[in-house]
Amino acid sequence: MSEAWLNEIQQQFAAAGIETVDHHPARLLPARQLEIAPHAWAPATALCKQCAMRWAAFWVREAGAGIEAFSCLEKGGGYLILSTRLGEQQPLESIAHLYPAADRPQRHAHDLFGIAFEGQCDSRRWTRHQAWREDEFPLRGDGQAAEPPAPTPPDDSYPFIQASGSAVYEIAVGPVHAGIIEPGHFRFQAVGETVINLEKHLGYVHKGIEKLARGRDLDGLARLAGRVSGDSTVAHSWAACQAAERALAVEPPPRAQLLRAIMAERERVANHLGDIGAICNDVGFAFPHYQLSRLKERLVRDNALLFGHRLMMDRIVPGGVAIDIDSQGADHLFACTQELESEVAKLIEIIERSESLEDRLMTTGRLTPEWAAELGCLGYVGRASGCDFDVRRDAPYAPYHRVTVAVPGYRAGDVAARAKIRADEIGISLGLMRRFVELLEPGEHRLPMPRGRGGEGLGIVDGWRGEIISYLALDTDGRVERFFPRDPSWLNWPALEQLIQGNIVPDFPVCNKSINGSYAGQDL
Amino acid sequence: MLGMFNKIFRTGLVTEEPATDAEIEQLAPELKRMVDKQFRGSLAIRMVDAGSCNGCELEIHALNNPYYAIERYGVHFVASPRHADALLVTGPVSRHMEAALIATYEAMAKPCYVIASGDCACNGGEFGVNYASCGAVENVLPVDLKIPGCPPSPAQLIRGLLILMGQREPVQR
Repeated sequence: MSEAWLNEIQQQFAAAGIETVDHHPARLLPARQLEIAPHAWAPATALCKQCAMRWAAFWVREAGAGIEAFSCLEKGGGYLILSTRLGEQQPLESIAHLYPAADRPQRHAHDLFGIAFEGQCDSRRWTRHQAWREDEFPLRGDGQAAEPPAPTPPDDSYPFIQASGSAVYEIAVGPVHAGIIEPGHFRFQAVGETVINLEKHLGYVHKGIEKLARGRDLDGLARLAGRVSGDSTVAHSWAACQAAERALAVEPPPRAQLLRAIMAERERVANHLGDIGAICNDVGFAFPHYQLSRLKERLVRDNALLFGHRLMMDRIVPGGVAIDIDSQGADHLFACTQELESEVAKLIEIIERSESLEDRLMTTGRLTPEWAAELGCLGYVGRASGCDFDVRRDAPYAPYHRVTVAVPGYRAGDVAARAKIRADEIGISLGLMRRFVELLEPGEHRLPMPRGRGGEGLGIVDGWRGEIISYLALDTDGRVERFFPRDPSWLNWPALEQLIQGNIVPDFPVCNKSINGSYAGQDL
Repeated sequence: MLGMFNKIFRTGLVTEEPATDAEIEQLAPELKRMVDKQFRGSLAIRMVDAGSCNGCELEIHALNNPYYAIERYGVHFVASPRHADALLVTGPVSRHMEAALIATYEAMAKPCYVIASGDCACNGGEFGVNYASCGAVENVLPVDLKIPGCPPSPAQLIRGLLILMGQREPVQR
């Protein structure tokens, strides 16, 4: 965050009587951290809202018997972290009335740490189902929650919002869905064909990632981070490794940075190819689905050839990358990127010429720019609705500071706009990939990480779904004390509940696919 | 429209013969025979993600892309467990998915196969057993076949199905 901006915020805090304790301005670079008193939590957040800052993440960690809470905000590419220290059993004021997207992260923190929120309208459990009791908090202390009864009872008592009326009916979907998809529950209220409300209940794939991270070494952390959300394995492991490198002041070699970016862009292209095809298929246009899945398969086969894994899992490691490519590999990479570019361009042209597809996708599932801004939507969801934030352009990290990243943006906010953003991004990513290959110079691809040292770090990268923020705290032995990866899905899932209103029930699959939130990434 | 037909014509068939893989080459006739004998030419699979990271799902999806086109073996994915001959489970079984997984299994006509796909489903993988995870699928359901890999590639999945087909009967339970 630029100094001027920080000074301005601090002046506004001072004018409002909010004292900040800025002991360690460099504690969580590139973000600037301001520690405030617990009673100033909501007023300070309200000030940030007035300054039109985007709210991005909330997490807590244990600090002695108490809790340290963090809230991450962003404006113009500058990150601000508000933090506060709470005593044992001390509640924190809720900020969900200011930033609605903070509601579920706060409930998640409550379910795992027991932190109480004052003034939170929605205090229902979120991540906790029936696997542990209401008075047990799995991330407090070293104790495991008591062994649950086997088998774990189904969670059939979640108090969904009700709708009543003679014509209102309810549709319960999930957790097991019809296709090859992750599990989650959707509860619709509908009148005739029209959806009047949708509420989600996630947490089904919660498997204790935050707890499992504790005590791991950095290699173990990278493996775990690569499995937070398998479709974003590159982006999540990059964010975690970046956090570890910042915590220990290690700068990965330039070659490693370029290879990381090449892998991240390949991951973006692969997912976009698959999803554009799936969106078309959901409205009965199978041609793009098969054509694009053909291109995706070729791309992942090249991943296996070049990087040794179809999804490039475990290729980003602390200090660099696990695998280098030779000059032959670089030539192949360049050639297959060019070939893909020309194939995709032709296919997108055919897809865009389809009037029936246009008819089905335009105005379907519209997220207004106002709602997108209110929820802080990220990636293609935000970019299709007027919020075109992109970490690579607005808060560039190596190697993106060496290139110009174009970011597409629309305001229509419908399924068509989200699909169009992804098509645009494929072209831009392929161009970036070629540029990165050109920039590759001989050199090291991995540095050793110092051992037996602690620290704190924040990793912020742009995955294919949007900004990923990973917080990492290492103890004095260099083992993980706290790891929290904030997947963009935390901010994009709530958008689905807004944009589906007024659409017909049969359009839900295509609306859902156009958002494609991660269940695993949010459930942790 | 013409552009589309032109593209289809020019792309041609990309579906691959699995002949490059000696093991599959050997098992393919046996697969056909077993699918015909035990399932009258059609093996229906219900897939359940019981806690995976979504990596396994990407590769299972790939089975339907034009390169693998698994339906040509008579293998297809169905929406209802009542239509399914086999249950393909990915992920460690999260405690929150345990009841849903058991309910899916119980809804299937017996005898049926249960396949644990991916390292997490086979042995708990990176997650193992903890307050939120039951670990391997066999901790929850009787498992007929394990397909290791993180995630198993489409070729590994096909190989696994071929091996399953080679088994005479589902595990006695």
